[in-house]
Amino acid sequence: MKKFGGKVLFLDRSDINTDEIIPAKYLTEISKEALKPHILEDLKVEGFDPASGEVREARVIVTRSNFGCGSSREHAPWVFEINDINVVIASSFARIFRQNMFNCGMLAIELTEDAIDSLFRHKGSGAAIDIDFEGDALMITSDKGKDSLTYKMAGFDKALVKAGGWVEFADAKY
Amino acid sequence: MTLAEKIFKTHLKDEPFPGTKVLGIDVVMCHEITTPVAINDLVARGKDRVFDPSKIKVVIDHVTPAKDTKTARQGKILRDWARRQNIPDFFDIGRNGVCHAIFPEKGFIRPGYTVIMGDSHTCTHGAFGAFAAGVGTTDLEVGILKGVCAFREPKTIRININGRMPAGVYAKDVILRVIKELTVKGATDCVIEFCGDVVKGMSMESRMTLCNMAIEAGGTSGVCMPDEVTADYLWPFISNDYEDKEAAVEDFRKWWSDEGCDYARVIDMDVSAMEPQITDGYKPDEVRDVSEMTGRRVDQVYIGSCTNGRLEDLRVAASYLKGRQISPEVRGIVSPATPKIFRDADEEGLIRIFMDAGFCVTNPTCGACLGMSNGVLAPGEVCASTTNRNFNGRMGKGGMVHLMSPAVAAVTAIEGKISDPRKFRREEAA
Repeated sequence: MKKFGGKVLFLDRSDINTDEIIPAKYLTEISKEALKPHILEDLKVEGFDPASGEVREARVIVTRSNFGCGSSREHAPWVFEINDINVVIASSFARIFRQNMFNCGMLAIELTEDAIDSLFRHKGSGAAIDIDFEGDALMITSDKGKDSLTYKMAGFDKALVKAGGWVEFADAKY
Repeated sequence: MTLAEKIFKTHLKDEPFPGTKVLGIDVVMCHEITTPVAINDLVARGKDRVFDPSKIKVVIDHVTPAKDTKTARQGKILRDWARRQNIPDFFDIGRNGVCHAIFPEKGFIRPGYTVIMGDSHTCTHGAFGAFAAGVGTTDLEVGILKGVCAFREPKTIRININGRMPAGVYAKDVILRVIKELTVKGATDCVIEFCGDVVKGMSMESRMTLCNMAIEAGGTSGVCMPDEVTADYLWPFISNDYEDKEAAVEDFRKWWSDEGCDYARVIDMDVSAMEPQITDGYKPDEVRDVSEMTGRRVDQVYIGSCTNGRLEDLRVAASYLKGRQISPEVRGIVSPATPKIFRDADEEGLIRIFMDAGFCVTNPTCGACLGMSNGVLAPGEVCASTTNRNFNGRMGKGGMVHLMSPAVAAVTAIEGKISDPRKFRREEAA
């Protein structure tokens, strides 16, 4: 299994699409390493700078609704993975992006909008999130204190993460 | 049961967890952008094989001819693999076209099929009464190797589209209006069923335009009920399977959603008073009436793509362009979506009309739509486009894309600014 948890990058906007996560012009690359510097390059969110240290240090993204909409490109999870971001937490995901995350053995965690709000209260305070994968729980820690939350994850999605991804799961079973 | 539920039932291979359905896949489609990484991974795992070469359809379409070493390498990986695996249906340069235009044209999609591709606009093929879903590279890889794919069983949203289509209003306007109503996330984990008299009266091309943009509302697949229009389109490919078209239509009916089936949502829409629609912003649900937008200057007009690059679209655009010149302030680009469309458009005199008007006619390719081959915008430039996405940076960093029908695009090219096709005289081009 991959490592989950660490410093948080807050992206305070809904409907962030995969073109913003990794622009189409980089889809001519066939290695994940080549995608690395272009993470979130075209993203328009107030106060966000894709070249900042905040992005380099991030291990978890916390965002709003419909994250990862648009193109089916798995380059979106890949550009996160190669930057050591293996967890995205949102109030909802676009279907293909969500499946791509679990297919790569990464976590797409859905929380209620209220719960997402409670995480956003830690924005700008050096927040980090610990994930208890077996316990379906997470804890956020920052200068503002601590919050613990539980989440629900489908049995299939959890099995994919444990197997290391869909290729491993399907190859063993079908 | 809904059409989607019937397809799920007949294709179910396994239910490894409650709510997760592993389906057998009838057609796995591949292009050169999302497939090479899957191929390389299969090779690295020592599993360089395919579940059934006859069920895999392959095309180079996004960047063709190759523009540089990287895209040449992507094409080579796909080409070498298709040959190595003896895949009969591989379309290379000279015979290639936009995947969601050329695969239906070759008769690869049938009612009741399951279809996947590493491309979000795979939902287009639901126009034939199929369940067709865009997937990522890992799903594609498993599809290639095992012929299966896992889905949460989708709910269905039914859109009843009725009324009389006003002059100057087309399928593209209808789907933009539907997306405005649903929003960009309103159909997530849902299939969108397009029904009603307007859809019954539509050609397969128009139905593909509707289903193509289901993903822009988050939908897994668009679908239309397969009928006489479907049978007519498919007849060259199915004439050995059925005594006559009526028998084909009768058989297709088994896929139709049943009366009284369970819908997540039903939307009734009357198009009789609808204006041409156009996007304003960076999301495909930011849709307005064209009359609110007329007069805005554009730098480029693009007619093409898996949404609106088919013969019917070229005919509509040419009917406004015939005998006219586009504004000298505008760069006009048209990309017929397949070689057959290009040839038919040429024989009908449409290519001549585009060229006389001042359009650049490119080879069949995804082209300007996603800013990775030709037709890229400079920062600050605006494109009037018949494509499907207006995301920030989609057609080039700092560019703005307005989505619209081929009719609005054609008259916008003539004026050099966003214009209303209802104010223009049309001349049947063919």
